[in-house]
Amino acid sequence: MFDKFQNNDRMLMLFFIFLVLAGPILLAPFGAGYPDLLQRFCIFGIFAIGFNILFGLTGYLSFGHAAFLGVGSYSAVWMFKLLTMNVIPALILAVIIAGLFSLLIGFISLRRSGIYFSILTLAFAQMSFSLAYSVLTPITNGETGLQLTLDDPRILDAANTSGSLPSTNFFGLTMNSTAKFEFFGMVFQFNVGFYFCAVMLILAFYLAMRIFRSPFGLMLKAIKTNQNRLNYTGVNTRPYTLAAFVISGMYAGLAGGLMACTDPLAGAERMQWTASGEVVLMTILGGSGTLLGPVLGAGFIKYFENIFSKINENVLHGWFSFLPDGLEDLIVWVLHFFVGKGWHLTLGLLFMMVVIFLPGGLLQGASHIIDWIRGKKQSSSTQISNPNSMPAE
Amino acid sequence: MSILEVQNVNKSFGGLKALQNVNLSVEEGTIHAIIGPNGAGKSTLLNCFIGKLIPDTGTVNFNGQSLLGMKAHEINQTGVSRVFQTPEIFSDLTVYENVMIPCFAKRDGSFCLNALNRVKSEAEIHDKAEHMMEDVNMADKKDMVASSLSRGDKRRLEMAMCLAQDPQLLLLDEPTAGMARADTNNTIDLLAEIQNKRHITMAVIEHDMHVVFSLAQKISVLAQGTVIVEDLPENIKGHPKVQEAYLGGAH
Repeated sequence: MFDKFQNNDRMLMLFFIFLVLAGPILLAPFGAGYPDLLQRFCIFGIFAIGFNILFGLTGYLSFGHAAFLGVGSYSAVWMFKLLTMNVIPALILAVIIAGLFSLLIGFISLRRSGIYFSILTLAFAQMSFSLAYSVLTPITNGETGLQLTLDDPRILDAANTSGSLPSTNFFGLTMNSTAKFEFFGMVFQFNVGFYFCAVMLILAFYLAMRIFRSPFGLMLKAIKTNQNRLNYTGVNTRPYTLAAFVISGMYAGLAGGLMACTDPLAGAERMQWTASGEVVLMTILGGSGTLLGPVLGAGFIKYFENIFSKINENVLHGWFSFLPDGLEDLIVWVLHFFVGKGWHLTLGLLFMMVVIFLPGGLLQGASHIIDWIRGKKQSSSTQISNPNSMPAE
Repeated sequence: MSILEVQNVNKSFGGLKALQNVNLSVEEGTIHAIIGPNGAGKSTLLNCFIGKLIPDTGTVNFNGQSLLGMKAHEINQTGVSRVFQTPEIFSDLTVYENVMIPCFAKRDGSFCLNALNRVKSEAEIHDKAEHMMEDVNMADKKDMVASSLSRGDKRRLEMAMCLAQDPQLLLLDEPTAGMARADTNNTIDLLAEIQNKRHITMAVIEHDMHVVFSLAQKISVLAQGTVIVEDLPENIKGHPKVQEAYLGGAH
């Protein structure tokens, strides 16, 4: 039985690696094949995977994870300003600082559970957000956001004589360099920044998978189902929840660092509660407690945000131009509430439907469909065998 | 030698004196039953053993070590396990995982950051878990989700989880509550077998006199928060004080 499991995990991993690396090709027909969006898929995928380690395994719902994302971004940009434009030191610092920050917040917030824990984390995140805007302006550059300037020291890099801002790189490979290919009128863009984020996403996914399958992960699942019993089984649940909180905080820090790597700029709005809420939506939409779900949810939400919001009335008129004028106007009038600025409405409806009909998230929906197809195949094969037995009767 | 020594324990909730000067000693290797009418303070007493409640005064010593002020998981790590009145199990996990968790807790202590080990390659844990499930006759149900088990099976699972930790003292709070007669007899046999095989000391709270008299080697009768009699089973049945406590006074 366990051999089969191992093979399944390996299959899942290979499938995931293929999907991520082939992203620019697979998503181009959907209009999502451009580097900026692909990078965002990966970054928010990492963010959601990390959040899922806390929420999906232990059931502790944090409403303050955006704080760690923001801290990661600030740390990375500071590294770009002071040390070097290479992304590796920036990411290392981002993860460490986010880890320390989450250790502090987790240590205090995890004294409570349930709704009180959520409120505590929310309060901390909003506090960080406000501080970043006001008191901490020397570090965060307040409303303008932390940016690169020409006179930053960057002690490890050669003196910048070009007169323009340097760009982030991975040992010389510039993050924003893109190779474009055209096939059958479609443009495929292969971007260094995307592939860097993709490798990080794959590593993050692999680590999450190891955690899910470890004794540590089993204990976290036990915390979710019956913390009381676990205490009377001789397990101290506090360090377990704290470790899960710090790990997911570090994931958020990595995501924040990567955001700064693809676009070296950090603003306080990344720490706002709406950003914390977004990752909750991603995880629940995709399926909390599953491995693939959060990545799927992150992809869905980012796709809606970037693609659905760009569809306007003219585009709709283009789609339905084959219909008679009156009908076309009617359909466009109805649909225009759901696209463009109204994409939140579509997302909201989708979210409601998922929560009501598929409590296990989109991934549960997908497995229902697979089961249904398999069941159909089986029943159709029995139907084929039935006529053979008929004449004998 | 007594493994659990309770002396002068008092506990009150507001004006209600739940326990008054309770003295109790459980001998090593025996099954000690605590009986008494409803509201006599049996469960309160048990809660004082496991760190759920802290007595107002008095001492609770296990193997000469005071349990007062210790946290629930620390008490458990010293060798005290408890079976609850309503089975406390990990309902979302499978039977197998349920049994593996105490095995890990026994081996790794109260906290271990083994996030990169694989559960499936932990051979010794698997051996032990399989063994435990066979002991309580649940090997065929190991892949079932615990919440889908019958009440009797949940109880058996909880028992297996406690036994997986090789406790020195097992506390059982009404292990046969709400069970049919056949299930009750199975539980009696199971407990007797555990005691024979492993010599685990047990303190049992029970209402069912059939269970008490078929298992217990010593009985303490609790009424209104005090131990009125502590004696061998054969002396308990006809004891006037016991009859008084249960029947409301023999006139």
